[in-house]
Amino acid sequence: MSQPKVKSAHTPRWGMIIDLNACTGCSACMVACRAENNIAITGPKEAAYNGTIQWMRIERTWKGRGRDIRVENRPVNCQQCYDAPCEPVCPVLATYTNDEGVSVQVYNRCVGTRYCGLNCPYQGRFFNWFDYAWAPTMEVQLNPDVTRRTRGIMEKCSFCIQRITAAERQAELEKRPVRETDIQPACAQSCPAQALHFGDLNNPDGVLGTVWNAPGLEVLLPEVGTRPKVRYARRVRPLRAPLAESTGNSIASAPEVKA
Amino acid sequence: MSSPAIAASPATESRAAAETLLKPLQFTGKMYRRMSILLLAVIGWGMFCFLYQAFVGLGVTGLRRPVFWGFFVTDFVFWIGISHAGTLISAILRLTNATWRFAVTRAAEAITVFALMIGGLFPIVHLGRPWLFFWLAPYPNERLIWPNFRSPLEWDFFAISTYITASTIYLFLPLIPDLALARDRARGWRQKLYRSLSMNWQGTQTQWHKLELAIQLMAAVVIGVAVSVHTIVSWDFAMAVVPSWHSTIFGPYFVAGAIFSGIAALIIIMAILRRVYHLEAYLTPKHFSNLGKLLLTMTLLWGYFVTNELITTWYGNLPDEMSTFWSKISGHYAPLFWTMVICNFLIPFPILALKRLRTITGTVIASITIIIGMWLERFLIVVPGAANQRLSFNSWFGYYPHWTEISITLATLSAMALLYMGFSKLFPLISIWELGGGKHAAAPETGGTQ
Repeated sequence: MSQPKVKSAHTPRWGMIIDLNACTGCSACMVACRAENNIAITGPKEAAYNGTIQWMRIERTWKGRGRDIRVENRPVNCQQCYDAPCEPVCPVLATYTNDEGVSVQVYNRCVGTRYCGLNCPYQGRFFNWFDYAWAPTMEVQLNPDVTRRTRGIMEKCSFCIQRITAAERQAELEKRPVRETDIQPACAQSCPAQALHFGDLNNPDGVLGTVWNAPGLEVLLPEVGTRPKVRYARRVRPLRAPLAESTGNSIASAPEVKA
Repeated sequence: MSSPAIAASPATESRAAAETLLKPLQFTGKMYRRMSILLLAVIGWGMFCFLYQAFVGLGVTGLRRPVFWGFFVTDFVFWIGISHAGTLISAILRLTNATWRFAVTRAAEAITVFALMIGGLFPIVHLGRPWLFFWLAPYPNERLIWPNFRSPLEWDFFAISTYITASTIYLFLPLIPDLALARDRARGWRQKLYRSLSMNWQGTQTQWHKLELAIQLMAAVVIGVAVSVHTIVSWDFAMAVVPSWHSTIFGPYFVAGAIFSGIAALIIIMAILRRVYHLEAYLTPKHFSNLGKLLLTMTLLWGYFVTNELITTWYGNLPDEMSTFWSKISGHYAPLFWTMVICNFLIPFPILALKRLRTITGTVIASITIIIGMWLERFLIVVPGAANQRLSFNSWFGYYPHWTEISITLATLSAMALLYMGFSKLFPLISIWELGGGKHAAAPETGGTQ
């Protein structure tokens, strides 16, 4: 075999925009991610004890009170930080940002100190507490492009790096640079509302490049200084009914709804 | 067991001391054997639990995301803290030339070495794949992969290995003249052991001079190493971005806490030794009272640091840190927090402050509560910080230790006791040559027998 790809002048930098206006909280992204990346199903007992593994998850938060209660569904995956706090703390260098900006986990190298998991402010990292088994019929659905993880190691969202690599190989065969439209992570592909947009941040005319610095985009926990490569399009609400929080006493007569 | 072989010679004070203090090396009682078997059983159970955990996965512990660290890291910090008993106290007393130290130093130095041996195991026990622990060591390998020198866990590796080396040397150096003394009185395998360990000690003036110089030097070195080690252990937390861990006071806070728990451990062990080996003449109420005064200072210092930690958080009122603050003061972890305050301050302070209460029983009671309180303190640094997350949907308060974690913790306590018991049967627990007025008392005895 020849050397893998030779880097062209253009190195992509992968990122994602998650549109909270479009997200309905249907959880298709979670399911697609699980199928694509061979994520273990840990079972109901573990789920009750915070023992699930979900590279992509929908975090549901409630705002307001009474009639004005509102739900916000926020898909949260690894935020793929430029300054990832998870990386320097690993004593064996099992996690690093590759030259395309994806924060990757080296399963072979991980010894399981779990320091990275503690240092991730988004809790985007998951530990294999056991060797998880797949039910006989589930086993044939395993994705051959992705390894199954063993007990004692960390895992996390990789922006479906197997798909990125496949697209880059294809581009190399066709002797052209890789196009961001060639690649869709499983979550973005499966989103019926098209809330997830994947693209190349180094392409100023691309899907992400044109809007990346728009004022409506926010990052999670900007104060931590992680500079994520995942941004959220803020939810824009109609002005109709004020939120209880913002007006204070306007909601005194409304019935209470417990969140 | 080798038969006692004490040569008849004119009775001097130091000879009488030598006989009492070397007695544990020559006779072993029934209780000793029973205790050893019991402790070995507990250790064996702990080792089984560790193997079970390694083969089944860390899920057999109560740890889950986001509380990735729990009992094992608490134990790690706790044992490294206990290790400061020793060397640091002994070194400070030696450098300040406190003459009451003679009876205490060796017991303290031995605690250090054993606590480090045990504490150093926990980073391996808590690994997801413990069989690959050597990847943390910078060893030459065909793939030219090095560990990550930017990781605080890597700093730990170097700090602890430096400390265990330094403290072992520091324990060994003052042992040499006593080993020579034991060599001259032992037969069989013991004589061989002591002969090789005493490194041809003849008690010449040159040897004494060199030994004293080396001890003084190591005392100075070991203080610096001890302070840096627990600072580095605190950096496991302080270097992280976790709210309530990311604090600049953690270095001195951990060192103060370490000395605090270390002195408490020393007092407990001294009381046990005094009782079991009838060392009433050597470990007097004065020793306990003096150590009690040191402990009182550390109680106040600990109180100062805890107040510092809490009041800066409260005044700053950052939401991320306040969630941890309230979970300790009045939330999920409040019962443990207030138990810690009672154990570390409210009980020991009056006992140690009042001269009437600063007896052997008094200081031992204070020490036991302090040991419990300091363990809780470490737990309350590790777990609530991890449980309270910046993003509220990530917080989780479900962590409870499972039986493997409790068993392994108990096994390490037993290992400490067993290591100490073994030590007491091989080496004199009180420095005989120092107690006997220094070099001149011991020198003639070791002269011509070899």
